[in-house]
Amino acid sequence: MSKIPGDLRYTKSHEWLRSLPDGSIEIGITDHAQQALGDLVFVEVPTAGRLLSAGDACAVVESVKAASDVYSPVGGEVLAGNELLATQPELINQDPYGQGWILRLRPSGAASTADFLNDAAYAAEIAAAS
Amino acid sequence: MRQREPLIFELSRSGRGATAQHPPVAEAGIPEQFRRRGRAPLPEVSELQVVRHYTRLSQMNFSIDTQFYPLGSCTMKYNPRACNSLAMLPEFLGRHPLAPASTGQGILACLFELQEMLKAVTGMSAVSLAPMAGAQGEFAGVAMIRAYHRARGDLARNEIIVPDAAHGTNPATASMCGMKIREIASLSDGDVDPAALDAVLSPATAGIMLTNPSTLGVFERRITGIARKVHAAGGLLYYDGANLNAILGKVRPGDMGFDVIHMNLHKTFSTPHGGGGPGSGAVGVGEHLLPFLPIPVVGHDGQHYRWLDERDLPESIGRLSGFMGNVGVLLRAWVYMRILGADGLRRVAEFAALNANYLLARLREAGFDAAYPERRASHEFIITLRRQARELDVTAMDFAKRLLDYGYHAPTTYFPLLVPECLLIEPTETETREELDGFVDALAAIRREAESDAALVKAAPYTLPVRRLDDVRAARQLDVAWKPVRA
Amino acid sequence: MPYIPHTEEDIRAMLDRIGVRDIDDLFDEIPRDLRVDRLPGVPQALSEMEITRLATQRAARDGRTVNFIGAGAYEHHIPAPVWAIATRGEIYSAYTPYQAEASQGTLQIMYEFQSMIAALTAMDVSNASLYDGASALAEACLMAVRAHRRSKSARILMPVTVNPAWRRVARVITEGQGLVIEELPYCTQQGTTIPQVLDRHAGQDVTALVIQQPNFFGQLEDVDALTGWARANGALVIAVTNPVSLALLNPPGNWGDSGVDIACGEAQPLGVPLSSGGPYLGFMATRLEHVRQMPGRIAGRTVDLDSRPGFTLTLQAREQHIRRGKATSNICTNQGLLMTAATIHLSLLGPAGLERVAAACVARTRELVDALGALPGVRAAFAGPRFHEAVLQFDRPVAPLLESLAAEGIVGGHDLMREYPELGHAVLVCATETRTTADIEGYAQALRRALDRAAAA
Repeated sequence: MSKIPGDLRYTKSHEWLRSLPDGSIEIGITDHAQQALGDLVFVEVPTAGRLLSAGDACAVVESVKAASDVYSPVGGEVLAGNELLATQPELINQDPYGQGWILRLRPSGAASTADFLNDAAYAAEIAAAS
Repeated sequence: MRQREPLIFELSRSGRGATAQHPPVAEAGIPEQFRRRGRAPLPEVSELQVVRHYTRLSQMNFSIDTQFYPLGSCTMKYNPRACNSLAMLPEFLGRHPLAPASTGQGILACLFELQEMLKAVTGMSAVSLAPMAGAQGEFAGVAMIRAYHRARGDLARNEIIVPDAAHGTNPATASMCGMKIREIASLSDGDVDPAALDAVLSPATAGIMLTNPSTLGVFERRITGIARKVHAAGGLLYYDGANLNAILGKVRPGDMGFDVIHMNLHKTFSTPHGGGGPGSGAVGVGEHLLPFLPIPVVGHDGQHYRWLDERDLPESIGRLSGFMGNVGVLLRAWVYMRILGADGLRRVAEFAALNANYLLARLREAGFDAAYPERRASHEFIITLRRQARELDVTAMDFAKRLLDYGYHAPTTYFPLLVPECLLIEPTETETREELDGFVDALAAIRREAESDAALVKAAPYTLPVRRLDDVRAARQLDVAWKPVRA
Repeated sequence: MPYIPHTEEDIRAMLDRIGVRDIDDLFDEIPRDLRVDRLPGVPQALSEMEITRLATQRAARDGRTVNFIGAGAYEHHIPAPVWAIATRGEIYSAYTPYQAEASQGTLQIMYEFQSMIAALTAMDVSNASLYDGASALAEACLMAVRAHRRSKSARILMPVTVNPAWRRVARVITEGQGLVIEELPYCTQQGTTIPQVLDRHAGQDVTALVIQQPNFFGQLEDVDALTGWARANGALVIAVTNPVSLALLNPPGNWGDSGVDIACGEAQPLGVPLSSGGPYLGFMATRLEHVRQMPGRIAGRTVDLDSRPGFTLTLQAREQHIRRGKATSNICTNQGLLMTAATIHLSLLGPAGLERVAAACVARTRELVDALGALPGVRAAFAGPRFHEAVLQFDRPVAPLLESLAAEGIVGGHDLMREYPELGHAVLVCATETRTTADIEGYAQALRRALDRAAAA
């Protein structure tokens, strides 16, 4: 069973989004994703200033078994990548929705988090795929 | 008692050396600005230390010569000793690749014969021995498909169709050639879904990459129909020869409609795995792809043999190696095929299938679940341990590790991805019935252990030089080279 | 039946257990019209005795010759223990070390090989070998495109003094991914790449510069100047080196101010016989920061459940994931058996022995050039410092001379006419520590005879 917080939004490719008070968006990968990957050994986060379009591969998460791209659900400018992940990739395993955040960006377009799956819809996605 | 073997560097003592191996001092006279400052920190050890160290390391390995090794898709059959001793005849071993053909008619005759025999067993029109591994053979195959379409001005064809059960190298190879992948589903019985195939065939189709029997261990029964459809759509068929052992002498890829194939000489033709290589990925083609074969290829003009190169095959996809590929491996395959002969080669698939189906029957009797119970095993089959994983919380990987304590190398567990908790088992034709029975007994014993003491199985192995290794730490705290301690 | 152990009784019992009448029934899923029952074109079986006779006859026909060719593969003395140990069944017939606990021998040898290559090249990390030097160069080009953050051009500058066969292989392997390989001309007087030819590319987006040291002609390049240009121009540097030469020559990790990015080459000279062309083994080493872009297998040291040290394959996720938008590799093997031989070979030579081998090679080649250069119409093409090969220029076509030599059992050198026609009648010759003064004199006398015959004709 994986945790799926009710206050976030989700994508089919297992990213989560959180709207921050200042209008920026925080992005990470879900509990389901980190379980499937296993212990993470390496994470590469984007650098501040990088411009992304929706669907761009913006980060890499690597476990012993697999390396996966993380896709940015929205377009915008990267405000920050989580630097802690360079030396503590396990934060994503331990706290995927908190300390394991991967990047924050300022969205460029009108897309709001309402465009994505809510917790129930994401849970249904996972159930259907298994 | 388990003893750790130190690193060769840890045995090093300044001033020590295997001096019988050192030539006399000579004056190099290289100008100062090009010179290395200081010496490379290589180990300084005696000859006996070297011999003892590497002999002891060899004793820490499982190998075909010492254990049953039923690794699915790897064809771990006996590597005949004669193949090694004859490939290492001093005249073959000491010859420079660029020496004139007049000094190589003997070895070229062997390699030419190998080309001819591989053509015959695969039903293809021409063979190149150039690719140095299965992955290079795949690359050559896809590159030839691309070259074929380009030569006909058909530049829109840039898609390669791959079943979802395919080995990871297939899509990687297609990407290397600048092609796009279109993945199609398999049916629950293991065959390719014809409807899924219809849906992706288009004027952009360059070809399809298939293994037959498939990576799920079953024969693709609709292959003739698939070949017809793909050809009708203008695409070509590529055969991944990883499972050739299942059909050697029974069916020929050329007859199934394949236009290009790669063979793994280190699987089907018993050349040694050597702890990870060298392999050889010879390719075979139909007549229409002959102009694109990777060079060099051995040619014969009725009197003399020589290497055919860019001048003889101007449309070749080119060279894949600095010289002629893994010639020593090719010689070993030649010896193997000459010892087996026509009859022996036909027996390979028969006894590979006999051993696989027998093992499957015995495992099912012992209560294990086949992934495709309605299908015959080819030369390999899949047992799924999903039930045991659910009921006992013991995974296929745990079974694999405990098998090591019983003296068996585990079957393949990481592949195919479609079957969860699987053991892909390929006994090969060179194993005795008793060996197979012992393997069944071991798996049954491990299941009994799992039922009464799952923790025991989950922490296996116990009797090897090391316990289970922390591969997360290996990646997080990367230590891939010994560094001298600074004084 | 060779290697098949089944008795009639075994077969009957097994068929019974399976529940079929005969072996043919096991193939009933295969459509009848696809099945063959003969293999025309494959000869009948030979016993081991018969194949031994045949192989020995063919080998004898080829005979032993005295070899003076290098051109990418070098003849060295291989100490007896190297192959005695490498052909032990536990090494020879072992598989890839995916089950690490059952493969500590192979894995520790990989780790030691990696350490030795890193030490020789003065780089941070090495992989456990690639197929050969040519494909290692191709992989290095692909890796440079992946590793270079800012460069978008995928342009590789490739001096013509890099091994010509390797340049072709690099093109074949990288072509499908849009890499652009641009050749750099060399100075035909000196036989080296002059740094000035790079001026034309100053300010351009160049992904990487390749430098071979010693170059294909055996001459020594100005690696510091070339490396410096690349650094100043934001390009990565790929060094192609001969591992024996690294006992004497400055290693790529020390070129320029801060060394190169990728060092690769052919490790055949380390314990692998000429074998008529293969199998050989490529090597590749790089900076720690690029390790995730490096193809090939890597063994890492870690600990087990009892906190004891052990070895395992690591960074394996790269192998699928290397295709990250830029440049793909499909490699999933290494040359394990040859890597084992190279590791044992280097352990036996040690730093002192390797240095002596390298020095002897330089001295023998100098002796060869002096002996042959004394003959009429023969001269060394290039005057500058060299390692263990040299280009000799003749005043008449070279092919008939080489044929004459071959008829006397001497493989005299590599004809450069096809690859470097601008050098005229030229041969690349090599003498390693395995060539004696008697060998060299024999060559000189045979060449004199051949020249006389050609002059008389």
